[in-house]
Amino acid sequence: MAERQIKNYSLNFGPQHPAAHGVLRLVLEMDGEIVDRADPHIGLLHRGTEKLIEHKTYLQAVPYFDRLDYVAPMSQEHAFALAVEKLLGITAPPRAQYIRVLYAEISRILNHILNITTFALDVGAMTPFLWLFEEREKMMEFYERVSGARLHAAYFRPGGVHQDMPAGLAEDILTWAEKFPDHIDDMETLLTDNRIFRQRTVDIGTVTAAQALDWGFSGPCLRASGLPWDLRKSQPYDAYEAMDFDIPIGKTGDCFDRYLVRVEEMRQSLRIIKQSIVEMPEGPVQSAEGKVSPPKRAEMKNSMEALIHHFKLYTEGYHVPAGETYTVVEAPKGEFGVYLVADGTNKPYRCKIRAPSYAFLQALDFMSKGHMLADVVAIIGSLDVVFGEIDR
Amino acid sequence: MEQTLYDLGEHIHGALPDEVLSVLDEGGELVLYVKTESIVRVLNFLRDDSACRFKVLIDICGVDYPERPKRFEVVYQLLSIAQNHRVRVKVETDESTPVPSVTGIHSTAGWFEREVWDMFGIMFSDHPDLRRILTDYGFEGYPLRKDFPLTGFVELRYDDELKRVVYEPVKLSQEYRSFDFLSPWEGLQHILPGDEKADTPEEKS
Repeated sequence: MAERQIKNYSLNFGPQHPAAHGVLRLVLEMDGEIVDRADPHIGLLHRGTEKLIEHKTYLQAVPYFDRLDYVAPMSQEHAFALAVEKLLGITAPPRAQYIRVLYAEISRILNHILNITTFALDVGAMTPFLWLFEEREKMMEFYERVSGARLHAAYFRPGGVHQDMPAGLAEDILTWAEKFPDHIDDMETLLTDNRIFRQRTVDIGTVTAAQALDWGFSGPCLRASGLPWDLRKSQPYDAYEAMDFDIPIGKTGDCFDRYLVRVEEMRQSLRIIKQSIVEMPEGPVQSAEGKVSPPKRAEMKNSMEALIHHFKLYTEGYHVPAGETYTVVEAPKGEFGVYLVADGTNKPYRCKIRAPSYAFLQALDFMSKGHMLADVVAIIGSLDVVFGEIDR
Repeated sequence: MEQTLYDLGEHIHGALPDEVLSVLDEGGELVLYVKTESIVRVLNFLRDDSACRFKVLIDICGVDYPERPKRFEVVYQLLSIAQNHRVRVKVETDESTPVPSVTGIHSTAGWFEREVWDMFGIMFSDHPDLRRILTDYGFEGYPLRKDFPLTGFVELRYDDELKRVVYEPVKLSQEYRSFDFLSPWEGLQHILPGDEKADTPEEKS
C-alpha cells in the first residue's frame, strides 16, 4: 500500500464533559490517538472576582474567596484573612489560630477526597467515590455546625474567626477522626494495588523536579516530583509551627505518585486535626485590636459607643493603612496567594489572587504531549484543577 | 525586614547597579524596582545567581494607577525554594510600551502574561502566543483597568427567535451605586480617574 500523509485533526474536549472537572474546553491536536498539542481554553467561569473585590469593603470581600476553590472554601479565606491582618498589623488570638488550623486541615481532607475519588472515577473506579462521599458529607456538617453553611462559610475573617465553636463539636470531630483512617484504608485496598488503576496512572504525565519548578508547581504536584516543599513547614503561619506532622514526597512525579502523596497527606492532616483539638487553648476568637470585629450583642444594648462601632463596621468597614503584601497559605491544591494593595481606604485597591491550579493547567500541554487521548483524562484528574479558582 | 533578606537586596543591587532602580522594604517583604527593558536580565540573574536561586515564578500581575504618567505596574512574585525567600520585582509601563516577555526564563510566565494582557492591555514583546485568556471570545476592552466600569458594557442572553446567543448593551433598572466613605460630610467629588494627569507635564522623550 502506498504511503499516505495523514493530517492531524483537532478534537474538542468539553466544556460539557464529566472528565473535564468543570468547564474546561480543551482543543486537542491529535495524530491518530496520540496527542500532539493541548490548548486549554479557560475563562468560561470568569466572574471578575478581582474587580468585584476592588468595589467591596474588606469584610464584604471574604465570601468571594469561598467561591474560588469551592471544594475547600476555608483555605482561600485563610489567605485573605492573613493578608489583611498583616496590613493591619494585628494577629488573631491563639484560639482562633487553632480553629483556623483545624478547619484548614478539614478543608484539605475535603479537597483530597473529592480529587482522589473523582480521579478514580475518571479512570474507571466508581466505588471509592460512593464510599468516601459519605465521609465528605460528615465533614460538610462540621462546616455547617461552625459557620451555618456547608460550602460558602465566610468563617475565617480578618482578625480571627466569626464565632467560637459550639459545645460538643470538638468531641464529635475527634470521634470522626478516629474512624476516618479505616475509610482511607478501604479506599486504598480498592485503588493502590489495583492492576487497572496502576496501568492507567503509573508513568503517565511524568514531571521532573526541574520541570515542576519551571512551570510554577506547588503543593502535592510539586511534592510528587520529589521536592519536600510545604509552606506549613517552611513559612509557617497561624499555629502550624506548633504542629507535628510529616511531608510525604513522591519519587517519579507521575499521576500515581500524585495520588499517593494526597492519600498520605490525608493521614497527616488527621494528625494535625487531633493535635489542634487537644492543644486548643481557651480564650477569645476575634482580635480586639484595630476595631475589626463587631462588639458583643449584650454590650450594644447598653453602650452607645458599641452601637456606633457596630453600625460603622457593617456599613463603612475598617480602613486598612496603605501598603502591600503578598501572603500565601498552603491550600490543598498548592500555594494559594493573595497580593493585596491597600491605599488607606476601606476597600482594597488591588487584590490579585494567585490560584495554584492555574499553573497546573498551563502545564497540561507539555504533560500530555505524546500520550494517548485517554491519558489526558488521567492527567487532568491527577492535577486537581477546579475552575472556580482558575477562572476567578 | 530580616537581615538576610536585607543583605540579599544589597547583593542584587550591587550586582545589577544599572538595572535595579531601587530596593524597598514593604512590611518585611523585599521589593525591587527594575527598568522595564532589563526585566529579562534581572529575572535571569535572580534565577541563576547562587545566592538568589529564585527558580519559581509564582505570579505576574498588573496594577493600574491612572494618576501616574506611566500608569501600569507589572509585578513579578518570585520564590526561592533553596533559600526560602520571596522577592517582588516591579516594572512600570504605559498603554503603548511593551514589556519584554519572560517566557524564555520561566515557562509558567506564558499564561500569566496572557492574563495581564487580557485584563490590562499591557503588551509583552516576544511572547509566543499573546491571546486573551479569561474573557469571552471577541471581548473588547480591558476589565481590570480602573476606568472600566464594574458592570461592563455588554450583556448576553439567548435569543429564542434567532436561536443563538446575542450581545446587548447593559441595561440596569437601577444605576450602580457607589458610596464614598472617605468624605461623608463633603459629598462626592466628580473627578474621573486619570483626569488629574492633564496637569502633569509631558515627559520628554
